[in-house]
Amino acid sequence: MERFHWLQHRCRQLLAGNSGQGWYSVPDGLSNKSSLDNHNSQHRFRGKRRMVLACHGPHQQEFQAVSKNYKGNAIRTTKYNLLTFIPMNLFQQFHRAANLYFLFLALLNWVPVVEAFQKEITMIPLLVVLTVIAVKDALEDYRRYLFDKKVNNSVVRVFCGTQKTYIDQCWMDVRVGDFVRLSCNEIIPADMLLLYSSDPRGVCYIETANLDGETNLKQREVVSGLPFQGVEFTPESFHSRIECENPKNDLSRFRGYIEHSSGVRVGLHSSNLLLRSCTIRNTETVIGIVVYAGHETKAMMNNSGPRYKRSKLEKRLNTDVLWCVFLLLIMCLSAAIGHGLWLKNHSDPVFQVDGEMSPALAGFYVFWTMIIVLQVLIPISLYVSIEIVKLGQIYFIHNDLALYNEQLDSRIQCRALNITEDLGQIQYLFSDKTGTLTENKMVFRRCSIFGVEYPHEENARRLEVYEADSNEAAGCSVTLKSGCSGKSLSCRSLSCNRSSVSLHTLTAEPAEEEDQLSTHVQPRSSAFCSRMTKEVVPDPQLVRKFNLLCSPVVHLTECCSENPSSLELTYITDFFLALAICNSVVVSSPSRPPHEVPEIQTPLKSLEEIKLMFQRFSFSPFSALSSHSIPPPIKGSPHSCASRLFTRGKTGSLTFSTPPNDTTDRSDIGQESKLETTNHKGELDSSAVREREDAVQMEDWETDDNFRDAKTNPDMAVQAVENLNREIASDGDTHHELLYEAESPDEAALVHAAQAYRCTLRGRSADSLLVDLPGLGSLAVPLLHILPFDSNRKRMSVVVRHPLTGQVVVYTKGADSVIMDLAETPKGEEQALDMYSHIREQTQKHLDTYAREGLRTLCIAKKGLDEKEYDVWLKGQLLAESSIENREELLLESAERLETNLTLLGATGIVDRLQEEVPETIETLQRAGIKVWVLTGDKQETAINIAYACKLLHASDQLLTANCGSKDACAALLEELKLEVQCGEGSLTDLTARVESSLVSVTGFILVIDGQTLNWALQEELKSNFLELTCRCKAVICCRSTPLQKSQVVQLIRDQLGVMTLAVGDGANDVSMIQVADVGIGISGQEGMQAVMSSDFAISRFKHLSKLLLVHGHWCYSRLANMILYFIYKNVMYVNLLFWYQFFCGFSGSVMTNSWVLIFFNLLFTSIPPLIYGILDQDIPADTLMELPELYQAAHTSKVYVPNMFWITVVDAFYQSLVCFFVPYFAFAGSDVGELSFGSPINASALLIILLHQVIESKTLTWIHVLVLLLSGGFYFGFVLLFSVICVTCSPPTNPLGVETLQMCQPLFYIVCALTIVTALLPRLLFRALHNTLYSSAVWKSAQMDKMDSEEYCRKMQCCTLSRSRGNRVPVCADNAGLEPSMAEVVS
Amino acid sequence: MMASSYNAKDEDGHITVSGPGGSTLRSKKPENTAFKQQRLPAWQPILTAGTVLPAFFIIGLIFIPIGIGLYVTSNNIKEFEIDYTGVDMSSPCFNCSQNFSWNSTRPCTCTIPFYLEQPYESNVFMYYGLSNFYQNHRRYVKSRDDSQLNGDMDSLMRPSKECEPYAFHENKPIAPCGAIANSMFNDTLELFYNDPNGTKIPIPLTTTGIAWWTDKHVKFRNPGGNNPNLTAVFQGTTKPVNWRRPVYELDADPENDGFINEDFIVWMRTAALPTFRKLYRIIQKKNNIVPTLPRGNYTLEVVYNYPVRSFEGRKRMILSTISWMGGKNPFLGIAYITVGSVCFFLGVVLLIIHHKYGNRNNSADISN
Repeated sequence: MERFHWLQHRCRQLLAGNSGQGWYSVPDGLSNKSSLDNHNSQHRFRGKRRMVLACHGPHQQEFQAVSKNYKGNAIRTTKYNLLTFIPMNLFQQFHRAANLYFLFLALLNWVPVVEAFQKEITMIPLLVVLTVIAVKDALEDYRRYLFDKKVNNSVVRVFCGTQKTYIDQCWMDVRVGDFVRLSCNEIIPADMLLLYSSDPRGVCYIETANLDGETNLKQREVVSGLPFQGVEFTPESFHSRIECENPKNDLSRFRGYIEHSSGVRVGLHSSNLLLRSCTIRNTETVIGIVVYAGHETKAMMNNSGPRYKRSKLEKRLNTDVLWCVFLLLIMCLSAAIGHGLWLKNHSDPVFQVDGEMSPALAGFYVFWTMIIVLQVLIPISLYVSIEIVKLGQIYFIHNDLALYNEQLDSRIQCRALNITEDLGQIQYLFSDKTGTLTENKMVFRRCSIFGVEYPHEENARRLEVYEADSNEAAGCSVTLKSGCSGKSLSCRSLSCNRSSVSLHTLTAEPAEEEDQLSTHVQPRSSAFCSRMTKEVVPDPQLVRKFNLLCSPVVHLTECCSENPSSLELTYITDFFLALAICNSVVVSSPSRPPHEVPEIQTPLKSLEEIKLMFQRFSFSPFSALSSHSIPPPIKGSPHSCASRLFTRGKTGSLTFSTPPNDTTDRSDIGQESKLETTNHKGELDSSAVREREDAVQMEDWETDDNFRDAKTNPDMAVQAVENLNREIASDGDTHHELLYEAESPDEAALVHAAQAYRCTLRGRSADSLLVDLPGLGSLAVPLLHILPFDSNRKRMSVVVRHPLTGQVVVYTKGADSVIMDLAETPKGEEQALDMYSHIREQTQKHLDTYAREGLRTLCIAKKGLDEKEYDVWLKGQLLAESSIENREELLLESAERLETNLTLLGATGIVDRLQEEVPETIETLQRAGIKVWVLTGDKQETAINIAYACKLLHASDQLLTANCGSKDACAALLEELKLEVQCGEGSLTDLTARVESSLVSVTGFILVIDGQTLNWALQEELKSNFLELTCRCKAVICCRSTPLQKSQVVQLIRDQLGVMTLAVGDGANDVSMIQVADVGIGISGQEGMQAVMSSDFAISRFKHLSKLLLVHGHWCYSRLANMILYFIYKNVMYVNLLFWYQFFCGFSGSVMTNSWVLIFFNLLFTSIPPLIYGILDQDIPADTLMELPELYQAAHTSKVYVPNMFWITVVDAFYQSLVCFFVPYFAFAGSDVGELSFGSPINASALLIILLHQVIESKTLTWIHVLVLLLSGGFYFGFVLLFSVICVTCSPPTNPLGVETLQMCQPLFYIVCALTIVTALLPRLLFRALHNTLYSSAVWKSAQMDKMDSEEYCRKMQCCTLSRSRGNRVPVCADNAGLEPSMAEVVS
Repeated sequence: MMASSYNAKDEDGHITVSGPGGSTLRSKKPENTAFKQQRLPAWQPILTAGTVLPAFFIIGLIFIPIGIGLYVTSNNIKEFEIDYTGVDMSSPCFNCSQNFSWNSTRPCTCTIPFYLEQPYESNVFMYYGLSNFYQNHRRYVKSRDDSQLNGDMDSLMRPSKECEPYAFHENKPIAPCGAIANSMFNDTLELFYNDPNGTKIPIPLTTTGIAWWTDKHVKFRNPGGNNPNLTAVFQGTTKPVNWRRPVYELDADPENDGFINEDFIVWMRTAALPTFRKLYRIIQKKNNIVPTLPRGNYTLEVVYNYPVRSFEGRKRMILSTISWMGGKNPFLGIAYITVGSVCFFLGVVLLIIHHKYGNRNNSADISN
């Protein structure tokens, strides 16, 4: 029963897989699936679950019963074993039509009446093909076998019930329910539930590079609620039952619960699961219980074979093969009819062997005989040859130095082996923006807090510099695995001796260190912490404001006008705190394991003032505003804060211990418990609670007090500055020990930015974060929840207990559109409202500016929660977490419940630099006639800006913007735009006609469409309009598009226009697009390997595309097309020789050649040259192709492989065969020539014609060509001569004895051959010569003219654009008219 | 290390398990060799009017003399052909051709007079020619047993199935079996020179040396090795149905008897085309003074056995001298001259084209 359900499940999974979803989960598909789950869950409840018990325990009996159907851990990826190889392989092979055809011929030859050759001879092609493929399969399978053996015999330590200890076992002996102990850097043998980790916080880190290629560490947690947490785990004491879902291939999803012996159920999720083939990192020992083994592990279920795509050329080829079949049938039919007629005219002659046959029947038999005789006409071996040629082409692509990335040490990966020639036919290119056009190395560029913009000029300048030597920067990144020690902890103390160092010089400092490091650093950067990202030059104004928190009054008095309000200061602090903690960054340090929480030095008293300040604004951020008309500058507190720092070094350091209360406890304890735990948690909480009561009075008092302090103690103030600087210096050093491993590069950029302002994330544990704050030292921030990023919400949040106020605070970071909507104006007084809306307005303005500059924008917001609210939410959250069925949906809901009414803190602008040579590449591709579309999730302004930067947009282009909110509006808009374009084109032609010489014209239209409008446009009714519009546009930019939309767009273009599409992307969001496109290219960049895994080719840089397409694509296409034509020519030419002979042998199916030679002719003598031709030929040299991209377009407009060429080739083949047959015929007519003697010169000249034909067709001849051609010819003559000497009675009835030796002694043979060859090749030679002289040079010249034109044109354009106004821009915004002015700005 | 885990193995769907700490730091940089970078020194034969021009002229210049040579040679060959099928009522062999039976005991003889206008100086080859005779018919060609002809005793007694239905006759194996042997040409041709003074002088015809050396000495062998008693060797076999004599009585000379009879061997080498000739006899040149066949009247005496009327075939007797290029064939000479002229003409055309268009893209060619 269970088996049946499993099957059902598998089927469903397969179906789901077919609908285009890979293992990454598409949000829409997900909800469908789970609703299905829901629906069926009632009656299929048992079958969907899997029960796992410890195999050594009291439940042994039950264990046996439950787990007998579970697979063991041995894997077998081989298809065959020794016994089944031959039958299985044959069975597999006979699934191919080609082999069936051969088999059919071989069998046909066994029918006596139609037998054409000796029986064994027709078997040869079949046997050769079968053997070649069988050997290939066997080798592959053997490799897999060896690999399996290696994996299966890897050793792992498994708990043995009898010996009560861990013993070494092979991987294959691991069973479900086994306890496995792993050490650091060991590979996980099966999917297991993490039960114990040597890490005190119960986490361990795994690297999933083997699985998905992502090198960052992922944290896994021990199943919560185990009794033995913290002490050494003993498997005997494990009596819990685990119930989890049946094996599924979704890597990111695992649901189940563990039922402890006490009856408590704890939910399990994917963060408890250690996946097979991942590697344990940074954790000394882990113990887990195996839940899925062998083929049921998620890793194995995600194993899918190589991709198979059928190229367009191959599809075309199939039609031509059908023509060949048609030709064959015609020839056979005519032979059959001819034989019938012939027989009718010759009744009972002496040479008639059995005369009683009726002509019709004889004709019928002859038909089949002829099929055997003329079998080569159908180029079955062509399919095998094509595969070989493609392997050769792949080999060269793979070995191209130009496609090799020095920094990443990565070559191009060719994952799909059979679409190389499609690269030469691309007409539409769809590109992702982030990580594809850009580096995806995010660098913090500027920010806006509290509505105030900090432009970070220094930072900008620094980035400029890096731009220049970006290569170097990319090479000098430090990775975790580099193993370099950096500087040890002792640096910190050493650096104290340094005299005051300014902030600016600090950043320049680590250069030398970098140099040292780079010498023994691997040339790979994996952890998003390139030098550029790490160093952010702080904005001086912001630094000053920030320093106010802890710096003395002196500064304040100097520039009172710019003094920030305390409210602003809280904003700033909160902002940087959010930057530092609102992420999932893992901190590690080369010098110590990352999970060890460093010692914290908690300042004892210095916090109080700041705490006070925070508390004033904690509940209502505008309370201060309401009480004072002018926000009081906090003069005293910074000073006192700083003064307390003196004692910092001397105060006893507190060792931070993990707070024992987990989330469940916390919800129960509530407010009162806070007071009780004060002892444990140090002053932090207690003071927070105490001060909350009398915050306002305290504040007033403190301010006065500190003010007085400052005045009376000027020395102290000076000292404070010094101290601060010292601290900065020391901080500066210690920072470089920290390595941040982030899931996305922007996270890393933000954390580094925060670090630059000395808000340093120092460490992370399961429920707390360790953060350095300037002037405050290290603070432990109790982490309550992380609501991770997802693409639906477009944001992530952390729920923490504020380190200073103790309040529960939600920090949210997300896309500006989302956050701006969620950040609602709080209820409050008029003034606060004004204030707030002012901030919003300002921030929005800054966001727009950022977007225009091409920066990635993120908004930071926070929300304070009181305990009651938190409790309510927590209950929902816990419910969601523990549910099994609808977990994802519930979690989403829960997150959305929390992230409301946010207070906007500020926004960040992150710069993402263009990859090198992107503009050039795009220009080249456009010159090559490829339409480039950019599909991005970014905002419109950013997208347009990037488009300008990468020269997709030129200043002269007319921008069409489509934003609308409804379908009708969209329809109207499309119509309008179409008119616009038509008018534009009309005027364009007019214009060009009128003022051709001046060359002032709009060069093209660029459509910019946003996701929502795209949604409407993609609908059935508007599709055609949209297509029509896009066809007239030079480029299209789709912004704010979802992954699904990306694939829809690609699909639309591909299907409706019937063009070749190429999609290139680097992230998981591009996967669907990559899969849909004819050619999918993945960029192995910063965002893991998902795109690469689903791509056909994986490159490391966008610029590689130009060589890949223009050179390799062009070559591959022309090579393959030419080879196919040649192959068809060869077959038609040779087979027709046999056909012409039928006219002289009564259509009886006789051949004038020895049957071995006949079979080998195609199989051996002329098989290698076409392969070499297909692999090595270069019709145009690489550098010319690169210089003149127009040739790419020329190649596919004047297609090599078009029906015309096919028929020209066939006609030429007919002509050649006619010559090749009839010249010897007339030379020997009426003479005493024997059958085989007649065939001898025909065969020899046919071979030479075929080989020389290739010489004519080849554009390049290397020694390899020459060698192969000579060998082919030599092989033929050697073979026939030898055969005619030694074959005395063999090969009846065409015994060749003495034929060739005699023939080749006669001059007539050579005379005939020479005449035949010359006559046969004359037209082809003439055609080529004329073609090259008249036509090819035209293309060549036009290309060169174009080049000249475009240069000229560019030059002129530059002149024009300088003098021209922006009058020609037509932004059309149906709904969003407000965008118009900004567009104009953008364009300028 | 991560990079190294994404190697070709992934293409099989394997997830590579790289050993702990297995840090093989081999650079994946492709080798910079001419072959791998596709920069092999190559000859790029860009066929333009300019480049193929010389070839056309050279071909023309070579072919035309050869053609002339061939034509002259062919013209020097003397050939005489006489059709003795007897289709016409007036033909001497008309009667013989009318009543026909393979096994008629009484041979029908007809005499055909002819006149040679030119004397034949060198060796004269005497052929018999058949028309519309499809010796290359697939089933016909197949119908033989090479092993039997090679002297294999087993095959002698158990002829190959390919010989069916000419393998056994009256339960005895046929030697030689098969349709080819069965249909062997069995007319006897004799040539007489009619001396001006009225006497008929028989012309000596050599029966040996007409087959290929390899056929005579390698491919065809009598069974029983060198046993001279062929009658004993062929004991237990029967003659082909259409034959009048058994195989061991084809010739009195034991060196030309049995399977190694040259007439038989020549017949067994199937002709390529339905109209063919086969070498029948050689008239050896006597000396340099007297021509082999002087000008004058001759008589051909035919023992008319072979039926061709049923399939509208023709029988001919051909007398021919040969040259280094074989028999008389004007085709090759004419073809060579034609092709040579065409090449020459095309060369001129190309020269014009080259002058008109070629110069313009010279620069492009060079830059390439």
